[in-house]
Amino acid sequence: MKLLDIAHSRTGDKGNTSIISLIPYNEHDFAMLKQNVSAEKVQKWFQKLGHIQVTRYEFPGLHALNFVITNALGGGVTHSLNLDRHGKALSSALLEMPIERES
Amino acid sequence: MKKVRIGSGAGYGDDRIEPAIDLIDGANLDYIAFECLAERTIALAQNEKKQNPESGYNHLLKYRFERILPAIKRHPTKVITNMGAANPLAAAKLVQTMAFDAGLNQLRIAVVTGDDISTSIEKFTDEVTMETNHSLADLEKPIISANAYVGAKGISDALDDGADIIITGRVADPALFIGPLIHEFKQRYDNDDFLGQGTLLGHLLECAGQVMGGYFADDDRKNVPDLWNLGFPYADFNEDGSIVMRKLATSGGLLSTETVKEQIMYEIQDPTQYFTPDVVADFSQVQVCQTAEGVKVTGATGHPKTGQLKVSVGYEDGYIIEGGISYGGSTAINRAKLAGNVVKKRIEYLKIPVEELQIDYVGVDSLFHGVLLDQQSPNEVRVHFAARTKTLAAAQEIKREIEALYTNGPAAGGGVRTYTQQIIAIASVLIPESAVHIQHQFLEAN
Repeated sequence: MKLLDIAHSRTGDKGNTSIISLIPYNEHDFAMLKQNVSAEKVQKWFQKLGHIQVTRYEFPGLHALNFVITNALGGGVTHSLNLDRHGKALSSALLEMPIERES
Repeated sequence: MKKVRIGSGAGYGDDRIEPAIDLIDGANLDYIAFECLAERTIALAQNEKKQNPESGYNHLLKYRFERILPAIKRHPTKVITNMGAANPLAAAKLVQTMAFDAGLNQLRIAVVTGDDISTSIEKFTDEVTMETNHSLADLEKPIISANAYVGAKGISDALDDGADIIITGRVADPALFIGPLIHEFKQRYDNDDFLGQGTLLGHLLECAGQVMGGYFADDDRKNVPDLWNLGFPYADFNEDGSIVMRKLATSGGLLSTETVKEQIMYEIQDPTQYFTPDVVADFSQVQVCQTAEGVKVTGATGHPKTGQLKVSVGYEDGYIIEGGISYGGSTAINRAKLAGNVVKKRIEYLKIPVEELQIDYVGVDSLFHGVLLDQQSPNEVRVHFAARTKTLAAAQEIKREIEALYTNGPAAGGGVRTYTQQIIAIASVLIPESAVHIQHQFLEAN
């Protein structure tokens, strides 16, 4: 199973920082996501982006997580040579992360 | 319970106008706000104003008000917008002329100014920028513009004085929505929870279609009805600080707890500290629930503002040349990589001064830089070149090397396009709010 199967996501950007949400379709999956999708795991998943640092923030009322990834966007929208200067597509990469479902 | 109804007329400078007119005609709005100013837009507008003192406002101002004015004649609605960009006064004069021509000569049009601090930014060149950890002076680049993200007070004061249309330059996006709330509920700028709730309203509405199923659709689980006809949102802000997000039944799109959650979290770093000029908003305890009327959002709070304003400083930062060429067939990826290598070696051989060169393979790894590895060999690959140079001449040399791939590169490449752009970069610094003096004025009747 991938995150794609149980959650949705949107990416935003501030300067050279990417902010990626992770929102389970079913609120009951929130606890499992909190346990299994740590900041460290997301940092490892995106490590090829460079010297990134991942911080995770919780939105308990929304049952959702935001991952804030610094240094992820090639210098930010006015500096980056990336085709996707905002890193808008990064949410699709997060959702490809495999995850084990508890039975 | 008193409520104020506000619509969202635009989510960015070039956004569509029809969904905004649909809202004015069909949603019984009190206000509609058009957020049209991205971070860099005002620097570009400042450049235009230097060429022509009567320009420097949003390019679609006339196009939009040709449609807005007849609509607010049919359904009186107050209009608030930052379409003034670098020249709100010139923008307001044009709108006033248009309003007279449309038979709306009673409308009171106000301009909010003071955000433009380009003449005083020199006092702050020792400030360290948020982007680079160097001071503004260290950048050693020509400064084009300096605009402070200001709060809502200029807008609420103009409404207190009877404005029907308010045109601003740079204001913090939520201020377009907080201004009318302060005015309507007769609140003060020290009610932090109220300001936090108003900030949330602004955050939900400022991207227009993006909370209505725009930027949301995917296969089965994220099906958006009639995406082609996406509507813009409107909201009721209730006296108790709760917000009900709403959608016209006649528009396409989707307003659900899921679309609302994506927008609440959009671009939020620490949810307990969302910095704005008027308040440090706290979205950490926000909740959403579906009701018969729409999606109800509650739980935002606020902490006292910092007393500092963010200033966006636009500066010239050289050029970016981009170009591409496509290859097809089962060996496409190999020829694409050969083409990439040819251009890279030519730049070295010719000693073209380049700050940075990046070569991506579209269809293979241009988006994720290897985060996801595609094992398959695609049937077509586009090589995408991007290089940053200090001079236009160097950018043009690289452009010629990309074009040279036709007769000098690997077999069967096609579709070369190149694009060279002068870069306006943004550096952000914080300054004390006492350094900025916001005013509003009404245009004299013709």
